[in-house]
Amino acid sequence: MSKVLLNKEDIGRIITRMAHEIIEKNKGVSSLCLIGIQRGGVHLAGRLAARLQEIGGQNIPVGALDIALYRDDIAVRKEQPVVRRTEVAFEINNEKVVLVDDVLFTGRSIRAAMDAVMDFGRPSAIQLAVLVDRGHRELPIKADFVGKNVPTSIEETVKVEFEEDGLEDRVVLEWV
Amino acid sequence: MKVVIKNGRVIDPSQGIDGVCDLAIEDGKIKEVKSEKSRGKSQKHENNRGTKEIDASGKLVLPGLVDLHVHLREPGYEYKETIRTGTTAAVRGGITSVCCMPNTNPVNDNSSVTEFILKKAASEGACRVFPIGAITKGQKGEELAEMSIMYEAGCVAFSDDGRPVMDSLMMRRAMEYSRILKVPLISHCEDLALSAGGVMHEGLLSVTLGLKGIPPQAEEVMVARDIALAELTGGRLHIAHVSTEGSVALIRSAKKRGMADVTAETCPHYFSITEEAVGNYDANAKVNPPLRSRKDAEAIKQGLHDGTIDVIATDHAPHHRDEKLGEFDFAPSGISGLETSLGLSMRLVDEGVLTYSGLVEKMALKPSGIIGIDRGTLRPGAEADVVVVDCSREYRVDAGEFLSKGKNTPFGGWTLSAKPVLTISLGRIHEWE
Amino acid sequence: MGLKSKDLIGIKALDAADIEQILDTAAGFKDVLGRDIKKVPALRGKTTVNLFYEPSTRTRTSFELAAKRLSTDVINFSVSTSSVVKGESLRDTALTIQALGADFIIVRHSCSGVAHFLANNLDASVVNAGDGTNEHPTQALLDLFTIREKKGIIRGLEVAIVGDILHSRVAKSNIYALKKMGAGVRLIGPPTLVPDVLRDLDVEIYSDMEKGLKGADIVMMLRIQVERQGKGFFPTTVEYFRNWGLTPERLAGAKKSALVMHPGPMNRGVEISSDVADGMRSVILDQVTNGLAVRMAVLYLLAGVRE
Repeated sequence: MSKVLLNKEDIGRIITRMAHEIIEKNKGVSSLCLIGIQRGGVHLAGRLAARLQEIGGQNIPVGALDIALYRDDIAVRKEQPVVRRTEVAFEINNEKVVLVDDVLFTGRSIRAAMDAVMDFGRPSAIQLAVLVDRGHRELPIKADFVGKNVPTSIEETVKVEFEEDGLEDRVVLEWV
Repeated sequence: MKVVIKNGRVIDPSQGIDGVCDLAIEDGKIKEVKSEKSRGKSQKHENNRGTKEIDASGKLVLPGLVDLHVHLREPGYEYKETIRTGTTAAVRGGITSVCCMPNTNPVNDNSSVTEFILKKAASEGACRVFPIGAITKGQKGEELAEMSIMYEAGCVAFSDDGRPVMDSLMMRRAMEYSRILKVPLISHCEDLALSAGGVMHEGLLSVTLGLKGIPPQAEEVMVARDIALAELTGGRLHIAHVSTEGSVALIRSAKKRGMADVTAETCPHYFSITEEAVGNYDANAKVNPPLRSRKDAEAIKQGLHDGTIDVIATDHAPHHRDEKLGEFDFAPSGISGLETSLGLSMRLVDEGVLTYSGLVEKMALKPSGIIGIDRGTLRPGAEADVVVVDCSREYRVDAGEFLSKGKNTPFGGWTLSAKPVLTISLGRIHEWE
Repeated sequence: MGLKSKDLIGIKALDAADIEQILDTAAGFKDVLGRDIKKVPALRGKTTVNLFYEPSTRTRTSFELAAKRLSTDVINFSVSTSSVVKGESLRDTALTIQALGADFIIVRHSCSGVAHFLANNLDASVVNAGDGTNEHPTQALLDLFTIREKKGIIRGLEVAIVGDILHSRVAKSNIYALKKMGAGVRLIGPPTLVPDVLRDLDVEIYSDMEKGLKGADIVMMLRIQVERQGKGFFPTTVEYFRNWGLTPERLAGAKKSALVMHPGPMNRGVEISSDVADGMRSVILDQVTNGLAVRMAVLYLLAGVRE
């Protein structure tokens, strides 16, 4: 069973709104950089950056972060998570880093991502932007920018699909 | 004591017997072999009181086997095997005479060691033991050992097994000298320079396993040398554990030239398995000479079939479990073979390589002839060395059940069908389920 | 996703997909090595033991650093400082190390088959860092990684391996790996050191260096053990260099874009001239750097195998 939560148009509107919120909160886009978490977060960060550039008229550095090596469940997983590319080709010291992910769930990925970011330097602040917050946090983590809050049951899955992966932009809630 | 083994298929090539017969034993000697036809008439006159009757219906009754090549390890390496455990294992394998190689510690290169072995065998042995003396003192290949004194003490042949006589002149002298005793020199044919450091057959497998190979030629050049020296000296030569196609060809051509004093043996592992048994560094498949190629194994079978190879011996070489565990390079060579020899060799009959009579010739009659003992036969008056073999039930080889201290076998888990169920040795009847 | 065995004993047991996976993972780790903070917490709490029965600085250091950068604790257990010299059996030593709680045992030994033996006897993941003349799988993997990095693809390349193939575990692992990945392999050297039977592995064999190098994309030189010259494998190192030493003139016979590799340590003037070793086509130092990334990838992937 499944239900479409957001379609292509919804996602486009949300990205525009979030871009405005980010500018609002940071009073502009200077000293700002975006780092997307592999894999969905990377696509999202790219789109956010483009929108920010349109609005703010300034180039925003965008990076990709793979958190496989920082996860806390390596000892209990059946298989090792695939190690993907991490590309942070810019200085983050004293910058404001906006971490971007598609779905915020337990908060463990964000914990790992913050550790990974810290290994690249000492940002002046880390903020979090997510497309969907589905609740069920296991760590004291809260997003600064949320596209849509979706109350879910723990058995359900939230699937985010992007054109960059050859699919149609949409967010789907699935359950058995 | 009287024993009659009834209704078994008696195989005795020394008398040309192959048929269902009753075998009568009295006072530790063979009394007679009665065929089905003659049985009916004589039965009435028979006094059956005090006679133990053994029903061997559906089973083979053979003369006790004679093994020309056994390492009993005593004295010196009792942690590997003793005369007691080695002979007990032999009897379990249907072998009632074993010739033990001299590479003990001290080496059997003088009559006091020979006497020790025979005394120990008389008090503790489960079967007859015939010692083989060293050709040279300490098997060092430098000075001749006191062959005739050892012969008088009971040695039946001479060999520097495991440490071949590399010096051709020394080997020539030994062959010449041994003529006074009319005993064979048993030659472990290996050119130590060619085989140096080698631990398995040389070929693609040795290269890809990263193990140093021993080319077949390491054996063949010495087989050729020893045949040439036998030709030169007129000495008797018995070539031990033949493993290669080339060796078979050399021996075949020597025999064709009429060299009756050249005989040869092989071992069950050289026709049953190949270098592949080394697998992933299984030290139980490490043996010297090494397990060879499929082609070599086929040539060995051909050599057995056409009579080039006279004898099947075990080269029983027991080792302690710990010695075979660890680095393949450091593990000692050898297979514990007494308890699988008959089962493996019987496969040759199934494959049509040998007949039952042919097999008994190779494992009992011919070896007896080579060392000049009156065994390996069921002729009336001969020692009552007998083995009853059940070929009807398959069983799994389990090294843990070996009576030998040496559990080192590459045949663990194999399914065989021929199994001795009763062996008569030294007047005692050993019976197993 | 994941390797099939808890151990890395040799390339023989891997398939092309396994190799590809290790190389892909290594690419991720090469990124890590370019950062200021080169350490990741991936294997925090695990213990790595370097069990070296043969002296080795390069390989041991590379494994040690790889293990440390994955945040494992590392213990070096070498022949000179341990009970090995007192004659403790291989199995007892290994069981002792396992009882100390090792998760990874990196083993190097002069006898072929030792890594196999340990893997069969231990629960820990065993990584072969070179066993006798059998295999040295991480060296082959780092060589392939370097080739793929420089050439983009391995399939279809012609790789010439020059030197003591018979005694070289590096060569063996590379032959298996290159064949599995679809490269052509030529072996070049004196017949005493290049066994003909290797033709059965679908490789070409040359004793003439010029002929063998013609059109090669990669020239992989092997270290010549100087000790072998007295043993009849070749008369002298001088004659060896004259016949099989890699000089700029000989290298000119290979493709213009050909790369020169060497597992190190090099004998300059014996198997390779300094002009070539330090020349533009040499990727010898890249191999060292890539070795770290590949070894990190191997440890990381093995940690994910539950048997």
